[in-house]
Amino acid sequence: MVDAIIQLLLHFAIPALVVAAIFIALLMFALPREVRTVFKREVKSYFVSPIAYVCVVIFLVISNGITFWFGGMLESGEAELYRPFFQYMPWYFIVIAPAVGMRLWSEEQRLGTMELLMTMPLAPWHAIVGKFLAASVVVFAMLVLSFPIVMVVNYLGDPDNGVILAGFVATFLTALCYLAITSAISALTRSQIVALLVSIGVCLAVWLSGLPPITDAVDNLPRWNPFWPLLKLVTTLGVLPHFNEFAKGVLGFRDIVFFLSFIAFFLFATAIAIRAKRA
Amino acid sequence: MIEVRNLSKHFGDKVAVDNISFTVKKGEVLGFLGPNGAGKSTTMRMVTGYLPPTGGSVSIGDADVVDDEIAAKSKIGYLPENAPLYSDMTVDDFLRFAAEMRGVPASKIPAAIDKAIETCFLQRVRHQSVDTLSKGYRHRTCLAQSIIHDPEVLILDEPTDGLDPNQKHEVRGLIKRMGETKAIIFSTHILEEVEASCTRAIIIDRGKVIADGTPEQLKNKAENAGAVLVSVTGSAVASLRPELEKLSEVNRVESVESGDHAVTVRVFPNKGKGGALSAAIFKAAVDKNLTIQELKVEEGRLDELFRQITRSDIEA
Ligand SMILES: Nc1ncnc2c1ncn2[C@@H]1O[C@H](COP(=O)(O)OP(=O)(O)O)[C@@H](O)[C@H]1O
Ligand SMILES: [Mg+2]
Repeated sequence: MVDAIIQLLLHFAIPALVVAAIFIALLMFALPREVRTVFKREVKSYFVSPIAYVCVVIFLVISNGITFWFGGMLESGEAELYRPFFQYMPWYFIVIAPAVGMRLWSEEQRLGTMELLMTMPLAPWHAIVGKFLAASVVVFAMLVLSFPIVMVVNYLGDPDNGVILAGFVATFLTALCYLAITSAISALTRSQIVALLVSIGVCLAVWLSGLPPITDAVDNLPRWNPFWPLLKLVTTLGVLPHFNEFAKGVLGFRDIVFFLSFIAFFLFATAIAIRAKRA
Repeated sequence: MIEVRNLSKHFGDKVAVDNISFTVKKGEVLGFLGPNGAGKSTTMRMVTGYLPPTGGSVSIGDADVVDDEIAAKSKIGYLPENAPLYSDMTVDDFLRFAAEMRGVPASKIPAAIDKAIETCFLQRVRHQSVDTLSKGYRHRTCLAQSIIHDPEVLILDEPTDGLDPNQKHEVRGLIKRMGETKAIIFSTHILEEVEASCTRAIIIDRGKVIADGTPEQLKNKAENAGAVLVSVTGSAVASLRPELEKLSEVNRVESVESGDHAVTVRVFPNKGKGGALSAAIFKAAVDKNLTIQELKVEEGRLDELFRQITRSDIEA
């Protein structure tokens, strides 16, 4: 029993603390004051907003519910979390991430505070990164709070906790990709509902474009097809293969680069959207 | 301090601001007057660096608002139209946020917040959430945000909008006082505000500057500036008007009130003859045996001028 607890600590609490520590160090020392100030305001604002709590609760209820009732975790007797738990995660976040991120820029436009923020002495990327980090804290909290399922699976058998940790990392990175998409789309509209619906659509498309039947179909198209390069590009942007590699415990450098550049691309798109709105 | 050169802004085909130039020095308060839709807010948004200009340039001190954005913005305090605020913060938190964003050193932030709260009379609501504030308090909270870092340049878009008469009076006094050490631009469509706090005023209409000067100079441009209002009684009151119209000093006579034994008229002087007008009217009245009850040289009024030069908008 004591052994098991130490095991879990080693595998999860320490990496989680390391991530949190890196995050805090980044905010306190590496990123400029402007980013920190925007971040603090946004986190506080999530803290007092019912939407954030509703998102967390819905996420926990659905993810645990599906795992136990449909994933058949208890009956299968297998001590692993990919099949009953992580494989569904990207689906939940197709809705949850846009719900968390929809207010990032649309609310700013609805209230007119965009005009205050953009006339303060800061570069647009300060605000974009500050807001994005604040929304990622909400997603991080969701994943930390779903930790009991790890205890359950450790109680049931002897899972490979390294793979489970990789599953959490893959889920987090995928959710951040969706959040970055939502950030860009919310910069285009003053309506949170529009931002939510359009973001769900785009996240779904980005997810589906990596689905094997679709990637296979595109790969089987003759190369002279005029749409082939475009379709190939779209399927290359699919998040799914990278998520799967990662979640199964295969940590590839290419996958990490993919996730990070995907996020950077949509944060950059946010900057372009904000600029276009101002002109 | 503020230099605006040939500034223009087009929205598609629509020209919102058309080749405007002006400068504001430290110690000057520039009133921006104009009917709704004249282009006041659009101009201010370009001066504060929120909107990129279609043509022309703006510099704040020696920093160009487009090329040296952050340096220019750090010198400005800005109250946007309609006083936007983050509705989920308290007044205190909001001002702390503004102070931190504006780079007020951490050790000076509490004092800066206290001062802004005192200046804008926010003591009663300082711990209240912004979305529970009345319109007057919301407006003053946003005003407090604009002065929290003691900026050299203040841009205030309708700073007295939504305030009650006492608050309006306070804010005008505040602008006037702050204007002694800062360069201030504020917009309004209330004319007495210009007289109360400005050292200079610009009237704009449909994106163009149509008058520029001190409130005194502008008043003198009003049509009725220097006109004489005269009331007479007597048996021959009907002869007054034709008699006056013969005078070389008189341009035009307008009837204000007329009765059988008493009339009041307003007499407009010919250009450059304003000085001799009263004496000529007096003499004409005495010649006709009329008793002068009242004779008054009118001061020009800004609202007259305003109506006069922007009126075509309503007729069109
Ligand atoms: N973002 C915009 N897109 C299109 N037209 C605009 C925009 N902002 C302002 N305008 C137009 O520009 C003109 C000037 O507006 P504004 O500067 O707000 O006037 P004021 O502040 O003097 O009332 C108005 O006719 C307005 O409709
Ligand atoms: Mg306006």
